Formats: sequence, C-alpha cells, structure tokens
Amino acid sequence: MLNNLKILFHQGKQYIPDVTTAKAPGVFRGRPVISAEKVNEKELMNLCPTNAITSNPVSIDLGKCTFCGECAFAFPDKIKFTTDYKIATNERNRLIIKEGQDEPVELNPELIRQEINKYFSGSLKLRQVCAGGDGSCEMELNACSNVNFDMGRFGIDFVASPRHADGIVITGPITENMAQPLQICYDAIPEPKIIILAGTDAISGGIFEGSPALNRSFLTKYKIDLYVPGNPIHPLTFINGVLDFIKKRK
Amino acid sequence: MNYISIKNNQTIPLSSIPELEYHLFLEQNVFALMKSAGAHCVNYFGYPYAGKIKLICCIANDELNNINISSCIVDIKQPLPSFTKHKLLFEKFEREIHENFGLAYTDHPWLKPVRYPVNRFNKNNTIANFPFFKIESEELHEVGVGPIHAGIIEPAHFRFICNGEQILHLEMQMGYQHRGIEQLFIEKKKLLQRITLAENISGDSVAGHSVAFVNLWESLCNYQPGRNLLWSRTLALEMERVAVHTGDLSGMCTDVAYHLGSAVFGRLRTPVINYFQKWCGNRLAKGLIRAGKTNFPFTHELALELTTMLDEYEKAFEEISDELFSLPSALARFEKTGVITIKQAAALGTVGISARMCTIKRDIRSSHPHDLYTEMLHRPLIKTHGDVYARTRIRKKEIVQSLGYIRQLIQNIPPEENGATPLSAPSPDSFTLSLVEGWRGEICHCAITDNKGELIHYKIKDPSFHNWLALALSVRNNEISDFPICNKSFDLSYSGHDL
Repeated sequence: MLNNLKILFHQGKQYIPDVTTAKAPGVFRGRPVISAEKVNEKELMNLCPTNAITSNPVSIDLGKCTFCGECAFAFPDKIKFTTDYKIATNERNRLIIKEGQDEPVELNPELIRQEINKYFSGSLKLRQVCAGGDGSCEMELNACSNVNFDMGRFGIDFVASPRHADGIVITGPITENMAQPLQICYDAIPEPKIIILAGTDAISGGIFEGSPALNRSFLTKYKIDLYVPGNPIHPLTFINGVLDFIKKRK
Repeated sequence: MNYISIKNNQTIPLSSIPELEYHLFLEQNVFALMKSAGAHCVNYFGYPYAGKIKLICCIANDELNNINISSCIVDIKQPLPSFTKHKLLFEKFEREIHENFGLAYTDHPWLKPVRYPVNRFNKNNTIANFPFFKIESEELHEVGVGPIHAGIIEPAHFRFICNGEQILHLEMQMGYQHRGIEQLFIEKKKLLQRITLAENISGDSVAGHSVAFVNLWESLCNYQPGRNLLWSRTLALEMERVAVHTGDLSGMCTDVAYHLGSAVFGRLRTPVINYFQKWCGNRLAKGLIRAGKTNFPFTHELALELTTMLDEYEKAFEEISDELFSLPSALARFEKTGVITIKQAAALGTVGISARMCTIKRDIRSSHPHDLYTEMLHRPLIKTHGDVYARTRIRKKEIVQSLGYIRQLIQNIPPEENGATPLSAPSPDSFTLSLVEGWRGEICHCAITDNKGELIHYKIKDPSFHNWLALALSVRNNEISDFPICNKSFDLSYSGHDL
C-alpha cells in the first residue's frame, strides 16, 4: 500500500492541464500552409502518394493527406506544415487547404444539428469500430482516454456496447469483410446518433483508395458529423474536434 | 540437396532458385532442412506462373545464419500431399495457398479459410459462412465474441467451446481487416506509395515493417545504405520495442485489474512515442524510414533530449516494475495462465516473444542480423515456462535490454552523409527476402521482379501469422475470464495477419 502511494506521488501531475491550448512537441505536421511561390505543379502533384495535392490553385486535401511531409521537403518554399493540430471539421470541403490560406480549420455551426448541444454537450458516449484500420488510429483513440489526455474529464468516453452509445467512430478504410458488422453496429445505436470518421484511411481510403477489398458504401448512406484527419489522428486533434462539435452550436 | 542458401537481404536471380519435383520439394523442406534445431519456415507461398503455380519455400537455419530457398511448379488441378501432415508449422501457409489458388491437399487436416482475400479462388466462401468446429453435446456451450470487441481494438471473431467456465477449444476467424495490401504493392508503382503501404501494414509495427521493406528494396536496387541510415533504423526498431512493450505491460495490468500499474505504464509509453514525434513528427514513426535517404537526420540536441527522457523513464519504470513483479494478486493471475509448452511452440513454429517464452532462442537480431545488429552481438532473452508470466517478464527484461542498446547507439551518432545517390531501378528477374526482428517477432517480406524489374509478387508475413494458433492453444483448460490477459500477453496483429 505504502509502495503504491509512493509510486503515485512520484508520478506527479501527468495530465495536460488545458487540451485546447497545449503545444504539440517537436516537428509535428498539422495544418499545412501553401505559399504563392511558383513551382512545377505537375511535379508537386506527382509526388503525393495519395493524390491529395491538386492544382489551380494548389491545394492539399487533409482528408487524403498521409502527413508524410514529402511535399514540404521537396518544395520547402511552397509548402510548410504548421504544428496546428486543430484540423477536425464537419464539412468535407473545409479539409481542402488552398494556396494562400492561413487560418484555422473550423467547424461549420450551421451543419451541427440543434439537438447535439442539448443532448451531448455534457456527456458523449462513443462506440468505435475498426474497419480495416492498421491499429494506429485505434491506439491514438485509446490514448485520448489515458492519464495524459484524459478525455473523460469532458464526459466523453468510449463504451463497449452500441446500445450505450450516442455515436460511432469509424477508423480504417472500411473493408468489404467489415462492411456488414459496421452496419449492424450502427443500426444498434439509438437515435439521435452521430458518425465520426477518424483518420485519413476512414475519410478517403488513404493509401488503400481504389483497392477492390474495400466497400465504402456505408459512407454514402449517411451524413458524416465530424471528420478528424491524421495518419494516425493525434489525440489533441480528436479531443478538440469533438469538443467543438458538442459545444459550438448552442 | 537442391536449394540455394542466401543471407538476409540478399538479392538473387530468380533462375538460381532450384525447381524440384513436388515429392522431392516436400522431402527436402519438411525433413532434410528441418533437422537442425534452429530451422524454421520464414515464408512459404505461391504465385501464378505460366498458367500454373510456383511455390517458393524459405527455410531459415538459425545456426548457420542462412535461409534456404527452393521452388516447385504445380498444377492446381492436381491434388497434392501436404507438408502439414508431417509438420504442423506449415499449416497456415498451406491454407493460404489453398485459399488463394484452389490448390487441393489430400491430407491437410484443417483446410479452412485464412482471411477471405478479395482475389480468393473460391468466391462462395464468404466471411459470413465460416465452417466453425462444432461439438454435439448438451453439456457444452459456445461463446461467440466479435468481430467488434468491447474495447478499441481490431476486429476478429473468436468462438469458444466451454465446459462451464472452462475453455475447451477456441477457434479464430480472421479476415475482417483484409485490405488487399500485397496486391496494392504491385499496383501502386511509386516508391513513396509502397513505403506508405509498408507503414500501414500494422500500426504498432511501423518501424518493423517499413525497415523490412526498405532493406528489401535497397537490396533489390543494389543500393548500399550509409551507416547513418542503418543507425537510425536500428534506433527506431529499439524505440518501437520499448514503446509497445510498455503499452503492453499497461494492458496486462488493466486485464488483471491493477489500475495503478495500468496508469503508470500507460503514461510511460507517452514520452517514448512523443519522442518519435520530436524526431520525425509522428508519434508512431510514420514518415521516419525511407529507402535510400532520411528526411529526419539525428542531431546532438535530439540525443540530449533522448538521454533526459530515458533517465526519467527508467526511474519510474523500474519502480513500477518492482511493484508489479512482487504483487501477489498480479502474479497469481500471470503464473501458470495461458501455457504453451516447448513442444507446442516448436511444433507451431512460433516466433518472437512467443518462442523465447519457452526456451526457443529465435531472434533475427542474433541469427540473421540486419542493420546495425550485425555489430551488436545481441543475445536473446529466454524464459522457460511459456505462461503469461513468462511473456510479461520477457517484456520487462527486453525493455531494459533495449534501453541499453539505445544508450549505446547514441554514444556514437554517425555523421550525415551528403549527396546521397538516388536509387537505381530494381534488378530484373530477381528474388529478395528481408527479415526483421520487430518487437513482436520475425517479419518477413519477399519480392519477385519480372524481366523489366517490375514487381510481380510481393509477400508479407507478419509474426502474428505463426502465433495466432499458439494463443488459441494456450487458452485451453483456462477459465474464460482469463482470455483477455492471455490475448494481451501475446498481443498479436489482426491487420498484419489479414493484410
């Protein structure tokens, strides 16, 4: 018992006091900024492993981007990745960062259903479904609930049963073999319910886009409430995205 | 004897692999090459070849530090005697060949689907109609779990046959994670796409699989990586081992309801993966390993930060480990739970921790060293009893060993090599095999090119491919409530298995 208390004491404070203002350490690659610099656009577009870069004007689609940063290494004056991790949004188009654009990615309050704030602002229970994810977004979602990020302090938790959940968090590009279990799980969640896509694989298929082993038809049937980009998602991206989603529209 | 012996990461002309008659091929790979105690199958697969199937079998010999490759051309219409009949460790490889190409075996005991790949031979087999093993008995009951599990983990279906609380049999149905990754390696032609695919094989083994790929690719392109590249790959592999083992210790504490251990090991993983973010911008090391170059040179500032981080980590890690390994309530749950005997492990051909937990010295770092392990004279850490305790204890000891390696590595940071030459095209008509000891065990990638140097086959084998059956056998006669701790103690990859 005494040993346990000693260990507890030695840990000190491990939680991040304010997850909305925390700094991402190191060379973290978050929201990119694209300058007006003239470059060989064809070469730039060709470089990207997931065709996330388009021209006229040069844009990066964060829903497709793997955040590998190769474009920024090849064209350092054209593209810079900032450490801004707040890149989740509820409107697919807002994930496309255009040349010259240097403002935060935000949610569109108009698209948030009115009951969201009323029902979920103090408590949101989520069921996660991994549908072909490689385990990385899953680890980062687990990290959201660890002692460092402690998402539970906002009443946001992951639950075991879809019956207890207010929404579904999908990771992975959605494989053919997981298409039916995903549908069954979603159907088991009571209304009103939300859908969150976590990670590049879930949002666009990522590097797996076009594989015949995928079946992404689920996504065409429903409105997506929140897109959380990243490969994998950063816990701070996820927590801030969800907090904005449940608090933004009063 | 008719095979070619190669070293890890050696590229050979495809034509130098001897082609045998099937009965000689079987005789050689099942008996002759398997005589040595350090022999095990690192890969066995087929690929379409002139209207038939060419089988390639790769048997590693840990004592002689080589890998023996032979091949055989077979007609899918002709049923064949199986390797599995004689050696269980070929069981899943033959199931995979059967599933992919429809090759029939006359005496394979368990020819069930492996992962329901999109290009499987028999499209009538679907993931919804898996032929589960059944027992007709009024005394026994079945428990089905998954594919979606209670926590945030990957999907698979587990079917238990129980007598009361006691597990008699566990069967696993995999394939939910299948993304067609081997085919994508061939279709996506850009090098950056392929390394991105390698990073996405299994999110907990980003360094492991990406090092396997770049080592293979550089060998195929006849490129000699500079010391700085070998150094950073070795460091990344050891860091990944520390991070995942720490997370696993946290998970094992969770599964025996020791919450302090769970919280402390859990938070100790954070600085290690945050260090990856400081180094390469990604907590799981995606983007760090590249063929023929690195985007993230290691600096002396990074080395200083690493030393500070390790000092803090080690102190807290030793304190909580001492407590965990002297805590009767935790040890009572670990000891004699989920046992795999030496005989079972040898028969199954388990790899990594799942081999070393019961005296089998299987570790690519010492037997087929790659990168800077060639200089490190690594000695595998061995336990005897093959239970949850052995797997827990090995993790603790491997973390300490890895911390030693990391400290040793940063004593001697190689200078950046400027003006790296770009990679040339891959050699035509070639075969390359790459083995890496990831934190989970041996990762094997194989590539075959055509006469233009284009990839025509890419084969990935995650260590989990060998080890899933060990988990299924380990839970027999255990209480079903001990399944989570058994599962976590193996910590196998679903996506690495399903590909």
